[in-house]
Amino acid sequence: MAEEMRLVLRNLGKIDPLKIDDYLAAGGFNSLKKALGMNKSDLIQEIKDSKLRGRGGAGFNCGSKWNFAAQAQADQKYVICNADEGEPGTYKDRLILENDPHALLEGMAICAHAIGASQGFIYCRGEYPAAAEILKEAIAQAKDKGVLGDFDVEVRLGAGAYVCGEETALIESIEGKPGEPRIKPPFPPVSGLWGKPTIVNNVETFVNIPLILEKGAAWYAAIGSPSYPGTKVLTLSGDVVHKTFFEVPTTTTVREVIYGLGGGLTAGKQLKAVQIGGTSGAFIPADQLDTAIGFDELSAIGAVLGSGAVFVLNESRDLADVTARIAKFFAHESCGKCTPCREGTARMSDILDKINNGQGKAADLALLSRLGRVMSCSSFCGLGQAAPSPLMSALKHFPADYEARLN
Amino acid sequence: MDYQKILADYVEMPGGLIEAFHAIQAELSYLPEEAIIQAAQVFGIPAAQAYGVATFYSMFSVKPRGKFVIRICESAPCHIAGAAKVVAALEKELGINMGGSTPDGLFTLEFTECVGQCQAAPVITINGKPYTDVSPEKISGILEPYRKNI
Ligand SMILES: Cc1cc2nc3c(=O)[nH]c(=O)nc-3n(C[C@H](O)[C@H](O)[C@H](O)COP(=O)(O)O)c2cc1C
Ligand code: FES
Repeated sequence: MAEEMRLVLRNLGKIDPLKIDDYLAAGGFNSLKKALGMNKSDLIQEIKDSKLRGRGGAGFNCGSKWNFAAQAQADQKYVICNADEGEPGTYKDRLILENDPHALLEGMAICAHAIGASQGFIYCRGEYPAAAEILKEAIAQAKDKGVLGDFDVEVRLGAGAYVCGEETALIESIEGKPGEPRIKPPFPPVSGLWGKPTIVNNVETFVNIPLILEKGAAWYAAIGSPSYPGTKVLTLSGDVVHKTFFEVPTTTTVREVIYGLGGGLTAGKQLKAVQIGGTSGAFIPADQLDTAIGFDELSAIGAVLGSGAVFVLNESRDLADVTARIAKFFAHESCGKCTPCREGTARMSDILDKINNGQGKAADLALLSRLGRVMSCSSFCGLGQAAPSPLMSALKHFPADYEARLN
Repeated sequence: MDYQKILADYVEMPGGLIEAFHAIQAELSYLPEEAIIQAAQVFGIPAAQAYGVATFYSMFSVKPRGKFVIRICESAPCHIAGAAKVVAALEKELGINMGGSTPDGLFTLEFTECVGQCQAAPVITINGKPYTDVSPEKISGILEPYRKNI
């Protein structure tokens, strides 16, 4: 049976997050000390060798990203932590922020040293005011102790916009503007916040960093799936017994997560589908549960690891209803910058409502498929590109839910 | 309300407009037109741009709201856990519809997307404080302390 492996959540429940001395007593900031004594290219090589890939959804190699920013020439560079966590069903970054804020600061400070930055920002979603207060207190304590050296960190609060999780929209938001994504390239490591080289990493990504330096890249690279090593913090919701978080090596299967750690489905029901990665993820049918919770393993079945959210639906759930709700989410959260996403998400939601009201025709299903294809290949950013994916997967695996409602 | 006093804390902060708006909303529950105009002047940007920021983000409101803003999560995990029942119960309890405010200026009802408490859906927040595993039966108990605290 699958077991938890707490690396990212190593201090959860063991230290008082508001006491920096607890973190120091647990060996905290030793990795930063080690990093400060290392030459920058060796440090980046160590992160590259660990094969750590971003935990924010895109899975980019962390060390390679840092290398771009390290090589960029500029008078100022920035380190940003993406704590926007807007993907419905996800609460792992909140757990980290609320329980181990210093591990995040340490990871960010190591990054700052590696790329040559002296200023950092934590972009914390506005829905997490308690976490923001904990972060501010942690920063004050770290400054008091002088553990961060000349690295300065500021918390900036989001204000309720899912698109601000997209790194360039996030940067716009820190600059005090509406969170509309920028065209890429240039990518943030070349030109990011106020046009300066900027690293944006997810909370969970940063918290892995001190551990990699403590135990070594080879140790880390040997955990879990070779192409996406380490662990993933998963957050369970929906019709599962243990609606809580688990941290597992990335070789753990979806089945082990749901039936082992998760305790199976509530009320003795059967599983119909599971959506992994958040509301933008694909629905996975019961016959694919033996897939590992790894980035490439899930991509191979047309799904995503995404944020690591695990949303379980039992046999009584109607995908036509659930995907209509999801379509409303995207219609609401589309920033409106590009036409395929702005219009597409609204039309997708309208058509699904029409089908759910019993007024849909078979041609509407074909229209939805076509609309989904157009949106995924022509939207400006990942929001519109991924928005059709829950519906497309549900139409593929559970067409009967839609057909039953056609007129 | 002296907006200048609040704005002064943020004017030196690059990109501090959003933080300033949060600070104004903490006092007033919404962003009055005059506050947006003054913020634009202080930050040296056109009023239209400041208004654009105020209306882009779902947590900001340019319409007056009650002292306590109740937001009901309707994202998929809360949706299947019965968010619609919670909406109906809150509307009934307060005698207003979603988007409305009580005449005494105490409560406003709004939808929100996921607030990251999906382990205990359905979820509502009141001025940012989450309440989990909410059911229609629990509503009046949850509102009780806010009603007293006028
Ligand atoms: C619509 C959208 C929302 C996103 N939301 C988040 C988020 O909430 N948190 C996050 O870390 N990354 C999010 N991302 C991914 C970021 O753009 C970026 O890839 C990530 O922060 C990089 O960090 P990582 O390399 O450590 O994963 C989002 C992307 C898109 C397109
Ligand atoms: S879905 Fe409602 S709190 Fe996450």
